[in-house]
Amino acid sequence: MRIPTTSYPVEQYTLANGLRVVLAPDRSAPVVAVAVIYDVGIRSEPEGRTGFAHLFEHLMFQGSENLEKLAHFRYVQGSGGTFNGSTHLDYTDYYQFLPSNALERALFLEADRMRRPKITEENLRNQIDVVSEEIRVNVLNRPYGGFPWLRLPPVMFDTFPNAHDGYGSFVDLNAATVADAEDFFTTFYAASNATLALAGDFDVAEAQALVERHFGDVPARPGPVRPSFAEPDLSAERRDSYVDERAPLPAFASAWRVPDPIGDFSAYLPYVVLAEVLTDGDSSRLVERLVLKDRAVTGIGGYVGFMGEPFEVRDPTAMLLSAHLPPGGRIDDVLGTVDEELARLATDGLVPGELDGIKARIVAQLLRDLDPVLGRALRMGTIAQQRGDAALTNDLPRLIGEVSEESIVAAAASLRPSRRATVEVVPGGAA
Amino acid sequence: MTTMREVPALAAARKLKLPRTAERTLANGLTVIAARRPAVPLVELRLRVPFARTNVARGMVLAETMLSGTSELSNVELSSELQRIGGGLTAAVDPDRLLVGGNSLSSGLGRLLELLGLVLSDATYPAGEVSAERERLADQVRVAKTQPAYLAREALNHRMYGRHPYARQTAEPEQLAAVRPGALRTLHAERVHPAGATLILVGDVPPGKALDAAEAALSTWNGGGKSVELPAVPPIEPGPLTLADRPGSVQSSLRMGLGAVGRTHPDHSALQLANLVYGGYFSSRLVENIREAKGYTYSPRSSIEHSAAGSSVVVSADVATEVTAPALVETWYELGRLVSTPVGADELEQARQYGVGTLQLSLATQSGLAGLMSSLSGSGLRLDWLTGHAERMASASVEAVTEVAERYFAPANAATVVLGDASVIEPSLTRLFPVTRAESGHGE
Repeated sequence: MRIPTTSYPVEQYTLANGLRVVLAPDRSAPVVAVAVIYDVGIRSEPEGRTGFAHLFEHLMFQGSENLEKLAHFRYVQGSGGTFNGSTHLDYTDYYQFLPSNALERALFLEADRMRRPKITEENLRNQIDVVSEEIRVNVLNRPYGGFPWLRLPPVMFDTFPNAHDGYGSFVDLNAATVADAEDFFTTFYAASNATLALAGDFDVAEAQALVERHFGDVPARPGPVRPSFAEPDLSAERRDSYVDERAPLPAFASAWRVPDPIGDFSAYLPYVVLAEVLTDGDSSRLVERLVLKDRAVTGIGGYVGFMGEPFEVRDPTAMLLSAHLPPGGRIDDVLGTVDEELARLATDGLVPGELDGIKARIVAQLLRDLDPVLGRALRMGTIAQQRGDAALTNDLPRLIGEVSEESIVAAAASLRPSRRATVEVVPGGAA
Repeated sequence: MTTMREVPALAAARKLKLPRTAERTLANGLTVIAARRPAVPLVELRLRVPFARTNVARGMVLAETMLSGTSELSNVELSSELQRIGGGLTAAVDPDRLLVGGNSLSSGLGRLLELLGLVLSDATYPAGEVSAERERLADQVRVAKTQPAYLAREALNHRMYGRHPYARQTAEPEQLAAVRPGALRTLHAERVHPAGATLILVGDVPPGKALDAAEAALSTWNGGGKSVELPAVPPIEPGPLTLADRPGSVQSSLRMGLGAVGRTHPDHSALQLANLVYGGYFSSRLVENIREAKGYTYSPRSSIEHSAAGSSVVVSADVATEVTAPALVETWYELGRLVSTPVGADELEQARQYGVGTLQLSLATQSGLAGLMSSLSGSGLRLDWLTGHAERMASASVEAVTEVAERYFAPANAATVVLGDASVIEPSLTRLFPVTRAESGHGE
């Protein structure tokens, strides 16, 4: 099979204040995406301030140097556009998706808050309330809330940056002050710690002029030095469990550390493919065995990165398997079968055609992510920030195509129980 | 001191640009509509088959097992055939229709359609797969029944639709577990037919070629079957607030339902603007009030929903338990304000820009375009309807939007449901409204 690919043109440069700029023109539809990605995420928040990176993301929408509260939303939506922001382990993004006649306005809005968000005590208290409701609706008031992305890291990791709850505790959130927010902004929201990515309907020279006009005078200040968050691999299996009062069925998630996604990309990619070999569709190894044949799980998923974004995460990270069991299902039995299937893969290798189908599916998904100009701006911006070159986005299908059978077999062989961290959900709810 | 900077004006708006489409109705009654969007070498597929008045449990298991095998291919073989073209197919049901969605590399479109044709003409519902999938589905419903969003919606449907089939959209786990393969084969033979069905294809394929590929693969799909229509939904009976108990809930789920009209009704475009002003986007009265001013909730919203037998406005907010009553008061107040005082010219202008501008956004991805074409086809419409809709939104006056708001947003006409910890919230709610408890089966 021929692996299809993309060849989106991309311009990259850096402003005098250190802001990295990525321009990906595409005039096929009159829409544009503007994304600003700051190189700070959950792992960088201070001890005693769990959830602060996310809370701060909310505060970036509460007014800025020239704009009152609510103005950002009204200007974007009153231009026919949409907006949002999201907080990840290693970065925080802010974006607009708009008709292309609103490009300059969107650049103004992003530059204005890069100069200074307007953070008041009143807005801080209001957004602590809003974030508290976000945590209740997404974690506390539903079964399997935060499973496994908030539940597995504390089992696998020992240091605060990697192990703590990124949504935050109510105690820490309520302790947050305006001064904390100002410090966080000064430390992490420098232009030199950010990437601006545009994709869609614009002329490159005109966009360059607009970017210079609005971002050129954002004051320069030194960006933070990103510390290493490295932790040693596990040397003995780890298990933990918790009771979920709302959950009717047992569930578990296991994780194994994988090579450094940035520093050792070629050793890392086989795990991205392996996760799909194990769990993508009815013909995948673990779905066929555990769901269809043994009926030992009701569903199983596998992916790389705790937030499921293999190309937007730094070291340390992991490959995860997550499964729900029927009532009374035994997790030890399922883990035993997983070990058996991994050993079979490591011993017998792949069957003819298996790898081609998996790669075609991964590549189709990569392409689908890039169809919206917003997806393109976000991926290119994040890849530029973490890997130094947005054009790598166009290379990903080819790199997936080059992953060898031997490397996947070796990756499967490395997923030993002694390197595994597992968290179990014990159902407490009425089934 | 820095000087204040001016927010830049918008450049001249580009006209709504519709993609190139082609349409053909095959001899067996299937309508195929194709649109070109070549940004990535992929194709998206959406098939809608009329499916009203089918048994809910059988319909759910049918969708779950339709792709579990044909007389030529097992489920595993079908799955790997799809993988080879970077593709996938899924099926789902709602009270109006069976929906099959899929995608693949554009070079695999012919094969994707062949596999779809095999499934449509020759799904076998193997006993082993059916017994596994119905158990899985029953377990999924058990999980859903612990989700507040699911429970609140179930209670609201019951209140809005009474005895209409829309009132019950999900089967009980025991009903699912009792569905037999023979019943699925019968249901498929009776109802999975091309008459009245619509297939949408969007992607990096010339529309004419996409139609040819569809005709080649699907013209042998059997054109028999019967046409079944649902009666129109009954008017909503406002009545007392329905309280559904969920002991220990740390939030209350507020839901209100109001009657609305479909896309072809003369009020529709103004209704959409009125909904935006109320709670249909972030810069709305509801969000600015109960989220940005009061911090009661994370994602309050109102939306217009279109089904074959009727349309509605649904308002929802999940709020902290201790502010349930004040949040409901504000939600009600904003409805009351919308029907008692004229819409502001500025807020209407902003909603208008959003309504028209986001039409451009909805056309700019393969999956968005396919979904939009599919739902328009459900109302008997095509993409060109958007041009008139954009014009109607652009020209709707303050008076027209105010009048339409009065007609559809009156809180006196709403069905209201609150799901939460009744032992905590019932006393404060009964001071506001007459309250009845949800019938059992509509709480937890």
